[in-house]
Formats: sequence, structure tokens, C-alpha cells
Amino acid sequence: MSLEINFSDKVFENRKRNNSEYEEITLTIRRDIIKSLVLAKSGHSGGPLGITEVISVLFFGGYMKYNPSNPNMPNRDRFVLSAGHMAPVQYSVLARAGFFPTEELKTLRKYNSRLQGHPGLDMHLPGIETSSGSLGQGVSIAVGMAMSDFIIDKNERKVFCITGDGELQEGASWEAAMAAGSHKLSNFCWIVDNNDCQIDGRVKDILSVYPLKEKFESFNFNVIEIDGHDIDQIQAAFDKFNENHKNNDLPTCIIAKTYMGQGVSFMKDQYNWHGNPPNEEQAITALSELK
Amino acid sequence: MTKIESYGNKPTRDGFGLGLVELGEKDERIVVIGADVSGSVKTSYFRDKFPERFISVGVAEQNATTVAVGLALSGKVPFFSSYSAFAAFRNADQIRVSICYNEANVKIGGGHSGLTVGPDGATHQSLEEVAFLRTLPNMTLICPADFEQAKKATVAMGEMVGPAYLRFGRPSVPMFTKPEDDFVIGKADILRTGNDISIVANGIMVWESLIAAEALKEKHNINAEVINCHTIKPIDVNALVNSAKKCGAMVTAEEHQVHGGLSGAVAEVLAKNYPIPMEFVGVKDTFGGSGEPFELTELYGLTWKEIYASSLLAIERKNNGSSSIRKVKDVAVYTEGM
Ligand SMILES: Cc1ncc(C[n+]2csc(CCOP(=O)(O)OP(=O)(O)O)c2C)c(N)n1
Repeated sequence: MSLEINFSDKVFENRKRNNSEYEEITLTIRRDIIKSLVLAKSGHSGGPLGITEVISVLFFGGYMKYNPSNPNMPNRDRFVLSAGHMAPVQYSVLARAGFFPTEELKTLRKYNSRLQGHPGLDMHLPGIETSSGSLGQGVSIAVGMAMSDFIIDKNERKVFCITGDGELQEGASWEAAMAAGSHKLSNFCWIVDNNDCQIDGRVKDILSVYPLKEKFESFNFNVIEIDGHDIDQIQAAFDKFNENHKNNDLPTCIIAKTYMGQGVSFMKDQYNWHGNPPNEEQAITALSELK
Repeated sequence: MTKIESYGNKPTRDGFGLGLVELGEKDERIVVIGADVSGSVKTSYFRDKFPERFISVGVAEQNATTVAVGLALSGKVPFFSSYSAFAAFRNADQIRVSICYNEANVKIGGGHSGLTVGPDGATHQSLEEVAFLRTLPNMTLICPADFEQAKKATVAMGEMVGPAYLRFGRPSVPMFTKPEDDFVIGKADILRTGNDISIVANGIMVWESLIAAEALKEKHNINAEVINCHTIKPIDVNALVNSAKKCGAMVTAEEHQVHGGLSGAVAEVLAKNYPIPMEFVGVKDTFGGSGEPFELTELYGLTWKEIYASSLLAIERKNNGSSSIRKVKDVAVYTEGM
């Protein structure tokens, strides 16, 4: 069995969309994830597949201001993938937004690639705002960005950040939460990928982080719990964040309940898919499901 | 002299994992703290065997470190293990104050060390922790050369009293130390004797040093002494000074930044006791990047070739009679046609 991997050059606009338009987008991104990982022969499948709907709505639903032909546009909104190991989904989304050629997805995790195993600012990949990969640091960097916009520059820019739920076990995550809540950073949107999976097992078994809603509320966040695979609920959550921002209310925390490995039957809800790539045979099966 | 042969390949992390099980059988006070990477650093072996003495604290290396101190101050012998990138740096303050200042009997297993963690890239490639850890009072720091030595070092750490850190790696690497060989913390192993150049290495670079020594003999009839300096702290001053006196030139080799690691530790000893020309093989003040483990060691200059070339350079400096003048030549000059 041999598998030939090609990436279409399809890009998607960032605009208001209705629910049905996301099918093509999420399929494309999930296919990119599988393809880049099977070529890389190492890397994380589960998290990226699970957060695909949320990140697709964020980047292609008109919720974030960015300009692929001017990645450093001064008034852009910023996105930080604090769970840096989920890089394959970020790389796919950035390529599909037009930040760099989709062909480059072939180079994931290879020597000298701009697509490092964990995002590296040193490689100057357009659309990457910070290096990440040491859990709990990205979210704190994102809070610093939000402070720069909200407290110092008093501008309209927003900052979005995705963390894992295992990542919340890092004390640094809660220091970041305390800072965002205490300073009432209404321009800050924290998305928790709540798949209840981490490397060693279920989050509730390894070290429970629950209850999440109450925790974030007590840290002064507006908390929205959603099904992270339901486009309508994701859109409603980002609409609510915009409203919070406009009203200068508290920071927003979206707890997205997701399944690790969503979209590929044999990976779904399996924590042992946290840090593995599909082999060729598995990739063929996965791609046949993603049609 | 009999050539040292390799008898297979295994990762040093497996040695750590099996060493823990051996300790667990002997000593009920051994407790292991998991930080969500148990499968990767092989504390899973201990977890599966002694689940009642395995405590998971989640992805929380700072807490893991200080929780270990609490356990140690309650008479347990706790081992905490994660990747060196997070087991030495994320918790640096905790290691300094709560472990070392308390002189707490905490052991840390730093896995996935160096470039050979591979495609995960720079964030996960710890190349600096030796420089930090070896400056801490009360710390013992060990970087074993192969699977068998990693296992023995783990057991030795568990049997000593006081803070200790074991630095080990992810990939399968040649095995060449024998089960019957001695391992003593703080005592360097002289693997090959010689009087032209002394090569001092640890971790994966010991095997590379043995290859370099063979090549030096074959091509130039140079007799290289090879020292496995597995313990970086306390360092074996006698072994280093004796070898320096005998050889008159020295090369260090390590999977770490050239600054502050084994290189620095050895240079401090020689500068004070017996200064001679020295060359350093290691990562040259740069972060790593994604790539296959042994593609990276080639690209960043961590192979026998650099040790070989550095040996020739150090000998040249020795023969020129001045240790202060160093004409830098490219490694390629020495390895042309090889
Ligand atoms: C500071 C730090 N410690 C440990 C790791 C190793 N690590 C990478 S991902 C991960 C588990 C994270 O779980 P979660 O945030 O739930 O992500 P998911 O499994 O859902 O992808 C761990 C422990 C790391 N990258 N950074």
C-alpha cells in the first residue's frame, strides 16, 4: 500500500458564514493534519483533530482581524496556540488562510522547516505570534499581549488563545487567569480544549482540573460552555465574546467540550492518540473517512 | 588494547525506568512522582509494578518538585521525572531553594535531553541544564553513557543521600558498558588509555569518542585516552589531572551547549591544577530545531568527526608549544577525504 500526499492550494476567506459552509473547511483541515503527520512520521494527531471546528470558525468566520498579505498589520488581532504540540492544526489553518503556500505543509517537523514540531518564532513563519510548546507559557504571553492592547494602548485589538485541559494543571495557567481576571481584560478570549485527554490518560484521573466553569468564574471570567464540534454554538460563543468586549465586561473563557481525534473513528476519544502520527495504512483509512 | 565493542542498542531512558523498578524492590521508601509523561520517561515501569507508590500530579513540574521535597522531608525517597526541558528549568527555583538549600533527598530524572529528542524541536531540546545544575551546592549530577550505566546510576542515586539529577535521552543508542562493570558516583571511567590526547565525554558522546580514538590511531598513530566522565558533579579531579599530565592536551565532548557544561567543569579543574590546550565539542551557542535525532547530531557537529578534528587541533597546539595561541581551522581541514 502506498500513499501519495498532495496538498490542494485551496484557501478560504475570513468572513461571516453559515453553518453548512464549514463542512468543506473542516474536512480540508483534518485532511491536512493527517497528511502532514503521516509525512512527518511523528507528532500529535488527537488534539489538532479535536479543535478543528473551533479554530476554523475563529479564522474563517470573520471573528479575527488579520491580513495574510500583511501578517504584521499593526491593528491585527492575535492568536496564540499555548498548547504548542497542537501545531499541525495551526499550520493548516494559516496555510488555508493564505499566510504561506499549502505545499509547505509537507515539511512539518523536518530539518530547517518553518513548520517546527512546536511553533518557533525563530523560523519566521507568517502568522506565528510566539514560540510555544512549554505548557502554560503561551497563555501568559497572550495575557501580556492583551494587557498591551487593553491597558497601555487602549485600542480595539483582541487576543485569542487556545490551551489544552491537561495544560491547566500547570500553575502558570492559573497565574495567567488571575492576571486576566483581575485586570478585567475584556479583549481576551481564552479557549479551553476540554477533551479530558492528556498523555498518561484521562484528565480527571491523572489530576482533575474540574469543575472548570466555576474555577474560571471565580477568577473573574465570563464563562461559556459549548459543544466544540457544534458550529452554531461556536459562533454564538464568539458573538458573546464580541459583546463582552464591546461592553468592556470581563475576559471570556470558552470551555469547548471536544473529543480528541474527532473525525477519525479509530482515534476518537482515545488518549493514546495524543502524541502519535498515523502510519500509512492508518492515514489511508483516516483520509477515506474524511470525505 | 582491546577495542570496546557495542553489543546492541537501547535507550538510556529504559535504563532509568528499570533502575527504578530495581530500587523499588529493594527499598520501600522509593516513591515516584508522575507529571503526565510516564510512558516517555519510563516511570511507567515503576507505576505498573508499584501503583501504590506512584503519585500523579499532572503536568505541573514546579509542584512535582516541591511535593517531592515534602515527601523527602517525611522520610521517603522521591524520584520525579519529566523531560529535562521542564524538569530542570520550569522548576529551577524549586530545585535551587527547596531541594538544594534544604539538602532534601530528592532525585530528578531528566529525560529526552539534548538534540536527540529530534522532531519536537527547540522547545523540547534541553542543551543548557548541566550549566545550571552543576553550580548548585549539594547537587549530584550524572549523565550516563548507555543503557546499562543509566540503570546502575539510577540505583546508585537512590542509594545515596542528598539531591541528585540524572540526565538521559530518548533514542536507542549503542550499549558498550557491561553489566559487570563498576559504577561509582564521582569516579570517572577510563575506557581507553593513551598519552597523546585525552578525550573526556559523557552521555551519547562517549561512544563517539571511542570511534574517534580508533580513527586517530588508524590514521595518525595517535594514542587517545578516553574518559567517560559520567558524573559532572562531584567531578573526578584526580582522573582529569592525571590524564592532563599524561597527554598534555584535552578535548571535551557532550550533547549540550559548549558553554558551561562538562566543558566548563573540566576547564575549571585544569585551569586551576594543570592548564593545557583544550578543545570543546558541543552545540555552539545556538538553539536546536526539528529533525531526526542522528541527522541533528551530524548537522550540529556532535559526532566522532568533530572529536577527531578537535583532537588534532589540540595536539597541534600542544606541539606548537604555546597553549595561548589558537589558530582556528575548520573541522573540514582535518576530516578531508574521510
Ligand atoms: C511544561 C511542559 N511540561 C510537559 C510537556 C509535555 N506535554 C506535551 S503535551 C502534554 C499533555 C497536555 O495535555 P492537554 O493540554 O490536555 O493536551 P491534549 O492531550 O488534549 O492534546 C504534555 C505533558 C510540555 N510540553 N510542557
